[in-house]
Amino acid sequence: MSDMRILIIEDDRDAAAYLAKAFREAGHLADQANDGVTGYDLALEGAYDAAVGVRMLPKMDGLTLVGALREQKNETPVLILSALGQVDDRVKGLRAGGDDYLSKPYAFSELLARVEALSRRGPKGAPEETVLRVADLVLDRLSHKVTRRAEEIVLQPREFRLLEYLMQNAGKVVTRTMLLEHVWDYHFDPQTNVIDVHVSRLRAKIDRDFDAPLLNTVRGAGYMIRDGAR
Amino acid sequence: MTALGKLFGATAFRLALAILLLSAIGAGIVLTVIAWQVVSVVDREIARTIDVESQGLIDAFDNAGIRRLEAVIEARKREPGASLYLLTNPIGEPLAGNVDQIPTEVLLHPGFVPIMYRGSGSSERGRQALVGVYILPGGFRLLIGHDLGDRARIGKVMVRALAISLVFFAVLGAVGALFVARRVLKRIDDINISAQGIMAGDLTRRLPVSGSGDELDRLAEGLNEMLGRISELMTGLQEVSDNIAHDLRTPLTRLRNHAEAALAFGGDAAAYRQALEKTIEESDQLIRVFNALLLIARAEAGGDLGPLQPLDIGEAARSVGELYEPIAEEEGLVLTVRAEDGLKVRGNRELIGQAIANLVDNALKYGSPNKDAEDAGAKPDVVITAERTGRSVSLMVADRGPGIAPADRARVLDRFVRLEGSRSRPGSGLGLSLAAAVARMHGGTVDLEDNQPGLRVRLTLPATDERPQSLVPAQLVLDDRAAR
Repeated sequence: MSDMRILIIEDDRDAAAYLAKAFREAGHLADQANDGVTGYDLALEGAYDAAVGVRMLPKMDGLTLVGALREQKNETPVLILSALGQVDDRVKGLRAGGDDYLSKPYAFSELLARVEALSRRGPKGAPEETVLRVADLVLDRLSHKVTRRAEEIVLQPREFRLLEYLMQNAGKVVTRTMLLEHVWDYHFDPQTNVIDVHVSRLRAKIDRDFDAPLLNTVRGAGYMIRDGAR
Repeated sequence: MTALGKLFGATAFRLALAILLLSAIGAGIVLTVIAWQVVSVVDREIARTIDVESQGLIDAFDNAGIRRLEAVIEARKREPGASLYLLTNPIGEPLAGNVDQIPTEVLLHPGFVPIMYRGSGSSERGRQALVGVYILPGGFRLLIGHDLGDRARIGKVMVRALAISLVFFAVLGAVGALFVARRVLKRIDDINISAQGIMAGDLTRRLPVSGSGDELDRLAEGLNEMLGRISELMTGLQEVSDNIAHDLRTPLTRLRNHAEAALAFGGDAAAYRQALEKTIEESDQLIRVFNALLLIARAEAGGDLGPLQPLDIGEAARSVGELYEPIAEEEGLVLTVRAEDGLKVRGNRELIGQAIANLVDNALKYGSPNKDAEDAGAKPDVVITAERTGRSVSLMVADRGPGIAPADRARVLDRFVRLEGSRSRPGSGLGLSLAAAVARMHGGTVDLEDNQPGLRVRLTLPATDERPQSLVPAQLVLDDRAAR
């Protein structure tokens, strides 16, 4: 998905310029704000699809900014970037109204995937689809059944959730840490390629017997499920 | 401040003086009460004597009239040590007696009253006396008095006793206060000198403890314990910075060398690309080490645990086991989870999950049985067991690998220690120490045990079922199990 309008609120001008450039390279539009108040004003005025805000900002810190936006009923998805490393910083960030949280230093591919996932989430409170489809792969969230070309594929509960998350984000890159966070609800670094092994198991079940692979590895970033024919 | 000034300013000295003052006031009150009691007894005695004497005189008046009474009084007043007498007619003119000047109103009312008087015809100074006034038939008034010199003497004795005891108290109190204050001051000075030595940088010094077990000893012991903890933390900090220096410098140098080499020797685009990829990979590893170090350092500094929540260790074990199960399968191992239900602890889910993950990761990395000497007893198993042990919850990760020699077990919990033979394997060397740090943050421990063969790592955390969380339906099962 391209052409998102992204607001970057970062007081380090070099970092902001780098992020803006990288987002533009990825096909998005990016604006920069170098302090909290400017960021807040821009976020209120412009209809941004997502905002990336660092935690420590001059004039208004990131958490206050998010809280103020939410108070104004502005629901722009915000990803908080933080250089702090306290155990509960993440929880504080999300509690303040942030939609996602990433610690510095981060890989840009990780940030990009997360921002794209945020903006595609759509308005809050929208009913979630009960049936997810990618090409001929169908996942029914109510009956917990997965079929491909009308053939039922039997998945373990965790494999089901893994596929569900990938399909919710069909056409977008999903990183390994995003998978660990959403499927296992853990935010630590597993130190090994655990996620890869789980994904390859899932891939064996949904792709092996079919000629068109749906679950793709995106080099240096993560995974993406998409209809290869389109 | 001079030594004397310090002494007088000491709390102990002032306290002793205050006690002295209170005792002196107490002694004064006691002596005053005694004096007052004695005086009232003397007064009563004198009044009785006067009464008896008056009886005789009144009898004389009743039997023989006023003239006879006058004569008797004239006779008695000449006797040595005579009482005071005064007889007047109804209008107050003296008829007989040895008292001259007396306040006339004294004669108006019968009863006893203390007065000042002057002997008749003498130049004596005024004296105090207790007099009884009687009204005789016909309106004549009879006054009989006794000198109160005895009473005054008793008062003098009492005042002298009070003065002597006050002097005694003052001397005793001052000496005691000086002694106590000097003793306490000396001890406090000793403690201060030691404290200054410690502040000057000698953290190995400790405050002197006299061994008497008094409050100053208890204070010194408490402070010594605090010093012990501080120097422990300082040593820890020192080690952390040493380790950070070592273990971040090495990969940083490598990172720099790679980048430098790529620049110096050039190559095609593919070579640059490879060099850059290598750089990113190495910086990722650096970040990983840095994060783990930071977490350990925080844990050792007794850092904030973040949000604590009720946790089921069995569930955590199953969840981590499920996460790592495919890896085990790839390594040709069987990962089994045996967890009791309702193993509740209070903690940070992320940290405990990470600690368990580290242990499992280690077991999968190092726990494969030696392929060359595959003895019959060693099954290629990694078993995660979660169970209750008394008031704690134990989580064990056991493997069938080569294990760790007892001598090395304490050492591997240190940061960065990687035993020979494992250096070629990937890893930061922080996994176990991170797990141990997480355990410590939660008031638990990590112990290494022999799995015969293999290594069994035991993570022990305090159970919380003494204070049940409201949302624990498994509580009954748990209590039942504990009771057995």
